[in-house]
Amino acid sequence: MTGSVAILGVGMHPWGKWGRNFVEYGVRAARDALEDAAVPWPEIQFVAGANTVRCGYPGYVSAATFSQALGWNGARIVSCYAACASGSQALDTARMQILSGQADVALVVGADTTPKGFLAPVKGDRPDDPDWLRFHLFGATNPAYFAMHARRRLELYGTTEEDIAAVRVKNGQNGLHNPNARYRKAFTKEEVLASPMVCDPLRLFEICATSDGGAALVISSMDYARHRGLQPVTIEAISTITPTFPSTRLELPDIATDSAAALAMPAMNFKPAVIQAAYEEAAIGPEDISLAEVYDLSTAMELDWYEALQLCPEGDGQLLLREGATQIGGRIPVNASGGLSCFGEAVPAQALAQVCELTWQLRGQAGQRQVANATYGITANEGLFGHGSAVIVKQGGIV
Amino acid sequence: MAEKIIKAAREGWFTLDRHAPGLLGSQCEECETFYFPPHHHFCRNPACQSETFLQIELSRRGRIWSYTDARYPPPPPFIAPDPYKVCVLAAVELEREKLIVLGQMTASTRLDELKIGKVVELCLETLYSDDKHDYMMWKWQPLQGPAV
Repeated sequence: MTGSVAILGVGMHPWGKWGRNFVEYGVRAARDALEDAAVPWPEIQFVAGANTVRCGYPGYVSAATFSQALGWNGARIVSCYAACASGSQALDTARMQILSGQADVALVVGADTTPKGFLAPVKGDRPDDPDWLRFHLFGATNPAYFAMHARRRLELYGTTEEDIAAVRVKNGQNGLHNPNARYRKAFTKEEVLASPMVCDPLRLFEICATSDGGAALVISSMDYARHRGLQPVTIEAISTITPTFPSTRLELPDIATDSAAALAMPAMNFKPAVIQAAYEEAAIGPEDISLAEVYDLSTAMELDWYEALQLCPEGDGQLLLREGATQIGGRIPVNASGGLSCFGEAVPAQALAQVCELTWQLRGQAGQRQVANATYGITANEGLFGHGSAVIVKQGGIV
Repeated sequence: MAEKIIKAAREGWFTLDRHAPGLLGSQCEECETFYFPPHHHFCRNPACQSETFLQIELSRRGRIWSYTDARYPPPPPFIAPDPYKVCVLAAVELEREKLIVLGQMTASTRLDELKIGKVVELCLETLYSDDKHDYMMWKWQPLQGPAV
């Protein structure tokens, strides 16, 4: 089932390390999205929540938690968990309720409260859980995986340490103008390169922190939006595909990859495949995209996404960066919001925050970080255990 | 002081042969897909319905696919030595099995002696100890002799 759905409202609770209950961030974001949409909460027929696994039982039943906090209104609900892609899956589930005709208008919410330091596994001995074992047996933190991917760029693609530092500089500039970003500070390349090495070749300022935050969207059928006389930003595609066997790139939290001994590797790696599925659903290509919000869990990973988005050939991401194409004012700005380097990741809220940013950009409401003449935006996101997502959003009122 | 008992940090995944330790994997009897960690139930090749596997030892040598280090102590459940010593990690590609296996490099390995494509060999080192046991773990070490 395909078709457009309307984004009527978006809202975010600013990212930070506030140390409060995640429900508070989610409800703040939801109320702002409802106000932005001018839809009263009792009219919402479906609520999709993106779960958090770090905040106890309420986090596992997030849609119920947020619904109760907003005041039970009898809506149908679903609570989704898909690691970093949780927000996109919640959004897609709500979209399908609308496209199927089950609901006219839906609310999607994700929020998190995170502990300090490295993201560590949930407590308790679990010797059959690869996520527990990779910490226990190898001390393999998330940045260690990002660093191994970065190392391959450096040795095989000719990306330099200066290149990956320049990603942080670009995103720092963008984040300066984002009131929802946690880190609003400009860095020089020298400052980035002087920050402590965490997992060689990645330095402290090149690795995404973990944050508290919340994001929400109100979406509706196109008919519902038209009856209100709106020409809203629309969602044209959401890709939530899984990898294809054999998956031969070591990804979080793998201890080993699949074997390609019996079956040849798929034609496309997972990241480009996630994006390609979104392009196909929206029936557009990379040449149609005006801006992208990508998951820069590390600075080097942002360059991986340039290639997965087919903005340049595999291995050339740093060339696009060097020519300034991906800064605001360039040919294809990436992470105009400041990206994860300015936000820090609030897992269930992050993929939704990416869509909030595209919505503001496509409405022309992004202030000093506004990308001119944007018509299509895309998000790109990858989480552990084979979750990826991409959302394509289109400017309102264009055919 | 009584001698400590040697135990695998994860039993059933590798042998404790001091001279030539091996990773214990499996291979589908029908499609011949390799697995590590060992896999016993349903083949994950989507084109294969097999439920039977051979238990095998994986190649003991492979080439570095990528590597990094951990400059700060990883959080529990990693048991970090005190004082902390930086450990080097490598993902190693096994040619016959066409898969990549993660491992720490031996304690004496320096990051700057590694390169993607370098040949390494499996060995054992103590990962952590308690009062009675030394818990052993597979590690990769740069190959001293010629590559095979």
